[in-house]
Amino acid sequence: MLIDLFITCYNDTLFPETGKAVVTVLERLGHQVEFREAQTCCGQMHFNTGYAAEALPLMRRTIDVFRGSGPICVPSASCVSMMRDHYPSLAAEAEDPALQAGVEAFLARVYEFSELLVDKLQVTDVGATFPHKVTLHTSCHSLRSLHLADQPVRLLQAVRGLEFVALPHHDECCGFGGTFAVKNAEVSTAMGLEKVRSIQDTGASVCAAGDNSCLMQIGGLLHRQGAAVRCLHLAEILAAREAGANLPVLRQAQGRPERSRGTPEGGSHPIASSAER
Amino acid sequence: MIRVGDAARAPEFPDAARSALANTQLRRNVRHATDIIRGKRGLVVAEMDDWQALRDAGSRIKAHVLEHLDTYLTRFEENCTRAGGQVHWAADADEANRIVIDIIRAHGQSEVIKVKTMTSDETRLNRALEAVGIAPYETDLADLIIQLGNDRPSHIVVPALHRNRAEIREIFLRGMHLTELGREPEDLTTAARGFLREKFLRVPVGFSGANFLVADTGGVCVVESEGNARMCLTLPRVLITMAGIEKVVPTFQDLEVFLQLLPRSATGERMNPYNTLWTGITPGDGPREFHIVLLDNGRTRVLADAQARETLHCIRCAACLNACPVYRQTGGHAYGSIYSGPIGAILTPQLQGMEHSQSLPYASSLCGACYEVCPVKINIPEILIHLRRRIVEEQGPYLERLAMKGAALAFADPRWFRCAQTIGRFLQRPFERDGYVRTAPGPMAAWTSTRDLPAMPRQSFRQWWAARGAPRA
Repeated sequence: MLIDLFITCYNDTLFPETGKAVVTVLERLGHQVEFREAQTCCGQMHFNTGYAAEALPLMRRTIDVFRGSGPICVPSASCVSMMRDHYPSLAAEAEDPALQAGVEAFLARVYEFSELLVDKLQVTDVGATFPHKVTLHTSCHSLRSLHLADQPVRLLQAVRGLEFVALPHHDECCGFGGTFAVKNAEVSTAMGLEKVRSIQDTGASVCAAGDNSCLMQIGGLLHRQGAAVRCLHLAEILAAREAGANLPVLRQAQGRPERSRGTPEGGSHPIASSAER
Repeated sequence: MIRVGDAARAPEFPDAARSALANTQLRRNVRHATDIIRGKRGLVVAEMDDWQALRDAGSRIKAHVLEHLDTYLTRFEENCTRAGGQVHWAADADEANRIVIDIIRAHGQSEVIKVKTMTSDETRLNRALEAVGIAPYETDLADLIIQLGNDRPSHIVVPALHRNRAEIREIFLRGMHLTELGREPEDLTTAARGFLREKFLRVPVGFSGANFLVADTGGVCVVESEGNARMCLTLPRVLITMAGIEKVVPTFQDLEVFLQLLPRSATGERMNPYNTLWTGITPGDGPREFHIVLLDNGRTRVLADAQARETLHCIRCAACLNACPVYRQTGGHAYGSIYSGPIGAILTPQLQGMEHSQSLPYASSLCGACYEVCPVKINIPEILIHLRRRIVEEQGPYLERLAMKGAALAFADPRWFRCAQTIGRFLQRPFERDGYVRTAPGPMAAWTSTRDLPAMPRQSFRQWWAARGAPRA
């Protein structure tokens, strides 16, 4: 199947490994992946902060860019929720019937990463190996907007060597909230610290999520504390294969100068920490 | 003048939240209390097979009432008047206070016992009464704690939620001029009972709020846990009730829906221990004179905004407060209004006027926990975004506008986006170490004050994709 990738602006800029991992997983499953280079941002940050006038052209652009595409894979629940919850009303408000029809056709093809795998492609075992103890942060958008059930958990549980441990208070917000994290930095941090404590209490060495925005908050706090727990997007875990002898280091590694520059496929492994060796 | 307590003079939420966060005792108290209520609510909601249908019904009834508010209010007025009640209309806080003061003075009284009323906190009735030499006595246990402690309510249903037992004991010792007082809950309630009974039996004017006004009977409903409201509503010769105009429901039968939704959402009870309903006056039974003040105080302003009108569905159960991860960190005082938590963040700015309380619609991570528990399905996150939009459209902070316009420009074309990424990578250089930024300048300093920021890697995804020349469609 030909699958289009909406990588999202912050994954593109800050977390390219996630996009590469999505490509790895989908190609491993025998699909063709297309990245339309004209894409930029879904408009969520603008819309949620009150800048609907600025979000509208970004929505138009996104609809235009993906005209005629196949299924669209989005490795971010919050961007999908922007599309599903707000695109229709934004289009209706613009009083543009063509745009409304475009939104409707677009939304019918949009899948969050774990939705695409489990619901659309009917796959839970993607052939990954990841011998670590992993817990899952369920983002608010994945829970309360997308109403994702256990898709990410089923994907993780099918990974060889992976020990899954449920996260207590999993439905509590991590405190990111887009511009909230900066406008109300203290409250955001207090919320995040509770999330971090819950994660550390599980004894997991990796915290996974389908949203790098949450992981930026959680990971940022963990890294400041010098904690051993690593944050990884679900896709990066699903892209992992056998642990090689020479493990490149990804996000969160303490005192290590370089991130992995290699492709996730081909024996590379998206995690290594001194704590685990 | 339209007024929501002292909200117009309240500090901005982030500043108020900062001091709340520093108060570890307060945070412990808030966390403990909200955990208990949430747990109880979870159990009694889970046992209802038709909970979602009830929420739908509650939401539909409220939406219908708001569509026909004029009809139902005048119907209530007719029926209440026919039953011997006297209906007063107050456009704003000052007018409402004046009406109440005039009634109390007409009876030559200088004291009033009060219970279950948030609207009078809105209008700052107590301050107005005291200014003309009338002494108000709060008789709801929590409100009594607030009054004796010269404190402010921090929760819609449990106003003294931020106080623990030891603190309440200290407040009682001082406020009731006691020389000794035990430490057990029974000791505290016994002290309160002694203090309040005397007032119930002596003061001839009672004042209350209302949970529901029933249009087709002209009746009023108040629900509570303690029985103190029952005393307040039945013992005095004169009863004055103040209610927001959105409190009206069409028929007596509609209470079936709300008297299930409210107690389960508010206190995690199947039914409130005391449900008091009265219609006008009944000779030989209860107050001989009944006045009701119907308060607008900004509500028609909310009604006029079709996209935020749902705010008036609120039945003040506070389930959204207990569920809110922001409220659970800060407690209610940070919201600068008697209406705190998510509902306060949308109600206060709308009632008070959007020029005040501009920080409140941003006091949320938009996590959606409030909407999920709301018994009348107020889509609070949606309304928060709508209000943010109104703030931005009316003015909005200059630098933020600039940044947002800049970002929109960068996203308008992939070439500019790539260019912005390159500039970003260049600008972050002096701040980056080992793939992280630990001290960022400008607005991002708020992020790095507590959190490390991942630096932009050298290669973006789109650069990787372009360089990859991989199998293409």
